[in-house]
Amino acid sequence: MVAAVGSVRRSFAPWNDPASKPFIEFRGVTKRFADFVAVDDLSLVIYEREFFALLGPSGCGKTTLMRMVAGFEEPTEGAVLLDGQDLAGVPPYRRPTNMMFQSYALFPHMSVEQNIAFGLRQDRTPKGEIAERVEEMLNLVKLKPFARRKPHQLSGGQRQRVALARSLAKKPKVLLLDEPLGALDKKLREETQFELIDLQQKLGLTFLIVTHDQEEAMTVADRIAVMNHGKVIQVATPAEIYEQPNSRYVADFIGNVNLIQGRVSASATGATRIEAPGTGAVIELDQAIDAKVGDQVWFAIRPEKVRISLDAPLPGSPNALSGEVWDIGYLGDVSIYHVRLASGATVTATVTNQSRVVERPITWEDKVWLTWSRNGGVVLAK
Amino acid sequence: MTAAADTAPPAARQRSHPLAWLVVAIPYAWLAFFFLVPFFIVLKISFSTSAIAQPPYTPIIDIFGGLGSIFSALREFTTDNYVFLTEDSLYWRSYLQSLEIAAISTFLTLLVGYPMAYGMARASRAWRPMLVMLVILPFWTSFLIRVYAWIGILKKEGLLNQFLLWIGVIHEPLTILNTNLAVYIGIVYSYLPFMVLPLYAALEKMDDTLLEAAQDLGCPPIQAFWKVTFPLSLPGVVAGCFLVFIPVTGEFVIPDLLGGTDTVMIGKTLWNEFFSNRDWPLASAVAVVLLLLLVVPIVVFQNQERKQQERES
Ligand SMILES: Nc1ncnc2c1ncn2[C@@H]1O[C@H](COP(=O)(O)OP(=O)(O)OP(=O)(O)O)[C@@H](O)[C@H]1O
Ligand SMILES: [Mg+2]
Repeated sequence: MVAAVGSVRRSFAPWNDPASKPFIEFRGVTKRFADFVAVDDLSLVIYEREFFALLGPSGCGKTTLMRMVAGFEEPTEGAVLLDGQDLAGVPPYRRPTNMMFQSYALFPHMSVEQNIAFGLRQDRTPKGEIAERVEEMLNLVKLKPFARRKPHQLSGGQRQRVALARSLAKKPKVLLLDEPLGALDKKLREETQFELIDLQQKLGLTFLIVTHDQEEAMTVADRIAVMNHGKVIQVATPAEIYEQPNSRYVADFIGNVNLIQGRVSASATGATRIEAPGTGAVIELDQAIDAKVGDQVWFAIRPEKVRISLDAPLPGSPNALSGEVWDIGYLGDVSIYHVRLASGATVTATVTNQSRVVERPITWEDKVWLTWSRNGGVVLAK
Repeated sequence: MTAAADTAPPAARQRSHPLAWLVVAIPYAWLAFFFLVPFFIVLKISFSTSAIAQPPYTPIIDIFGGLGSIFSALREFTTDNYVFLTEDSLYWRSYLQSLEIAAISTFLTLLVGYPMAYGMARASRAWRPMLVMLVILPFWTSFLIRVYAWIGILKKEGLLNQFLLWIGVIHEPLTILNTNLAVYIGIVYSYLPFMVLPLYAALEKMDDTLLEAAQDLGCPPIQAFWKVTFPLSLPGVVAGCFLVFIPVTGEFVIPDLLGGTDTVMIGKTLWNEFFSNRDWPLASAVAVVLLLLLVVPIVVFQNQERKQQERES
């Protein structure tokens, strides 16, 4: 459902092309505040014109990473490079980056217009051009009627839009967006997301965005970096992150997932079998893994890839579990079934509600079978 | 989002406690009693005529004598004292000089006080209470004693001259005491806390990310100071300037002790009228004019401010 939106994007994949040059590059960057390590020996490459999202729990170092690009923090170790140039010692006002601050940081003594024009005035842009650009930005964020207001006369969402407009006004080479849309309502947020994508493509800018909203990251980003404790856990396209997480942490952080612990019982080229004695399941999949027979692994499968049925599969067939419906969540478009296994573990299955009336609906305390295809899930070694 | 939602007024103000007015009323009652009552007494005396008597003026209103005696007293009121103020150049010259000295010394105090307040606001959080304490510390000694101490520093054979002679910057002692320069030094020294504290209050609550935002948009730190920090500290600047300018205009002790014969500030003139000439009615007129001179511009200024704010919203 979510990942599909990202794949609408063109065949833009400089990260797969060994010839492409990095645009923003973190080289072994560590940032310490006194004893606290906020960013831990992190290396990351972002390409020109990329829309790159940082995703991670609160306090994992996302803002710190951005502030190092903007120039408000210097790395304790390592280097940040922009277009091949080490940024060390370049003050923020000389960097071709603009940042939208998490706290907005609007100038309280200036009107919306003046806030947006601030950066352009600083560059001594001709008056007419400033007026034009301010107008364009006001239209973009739909704040035309509020141009003369001061920030304290705006709602939270309106302030956020002013901050966005101000950071965009100079059309910087790199735009750093720290949770740019958090305070907007769903509809405006979705609209603005598409405006952002549109703008980024039209202007050919590089965007680095921090967000707590994974759906947002999936929608806007070309690639996502999932972070934890100052480290990057995985960098990949939204579809890869969703379908091929490299760890339990990523699988669990992005979307919902069922994790089943087991041991590798057979491994051949292109096929693996896992036995999970806790649940009594035998899992077979068309995937080679880098784990040996006997290793402990986790099998991860998304709820929408689990089929639920009242009929038992053929006896002895793999990729099947039986249990009892414990709870049902009806969300309109889909229903979520929480099925309790004999072992006490719960597996979740999502079913699209394809017709309004179902002949034999599955209901509470029904004995059901959960099945999935051989390429429905992934095996995670860590 | 609909336009209606966008233009909706901010949530209604919290309702105040039913007894909240009492909290406001007490200081106002205090002010009314200890400011307005003496003011009306002075105002009344300013319309009287000087007399060799106790008290040294007529008429004396006998508030127990009924309406008749009040009316007969009112008939004796005169504006002669005010007319006299305009006739003798001594008075308007001392008004002018007072305003000039007050304006210049307010500016000097701002010049010295702003960097101090800025430094305090930028100091680490742990240091700030200590620094505020240091600014207030001089108040623990009598104002008079501190001004006397400056005589010891500024006089011909005082500490400052000795020091300058010793390091060889000068070869003759400088005459500082009993000049306007000494008055400025005394005023800046004495009134500095009144400037620093409101400035500090304004600067301390400023959000550092605003300066980062300014820099991010291409503004070097010094420009960011003038475009962001200074405008945002203006309320503190205005408050500090009022707190210095108003009392300095009527200042008596500093020009009397440190100033020369050509330092004629209105406070000194007032003192002379009251105590040397014992002309209470004229002295009262001087005081009333001084008050008007200060109050009228302030009221106009605040009205202007309010109108501007209304225009903005
Ligand atoms: N100036 C600082 N001094 C000390 N510690 C800091 C400083 N700035 C950030 N930190 C610490 O570094 C860690 C990372 O902070 P950062 O602001 O980068 O988190 P974040 O990922 O942006 O979190 P959030 O999603 O909540 O915004 C946090 O634990 C924070 O407490
Ligand atoms: Mg943050």
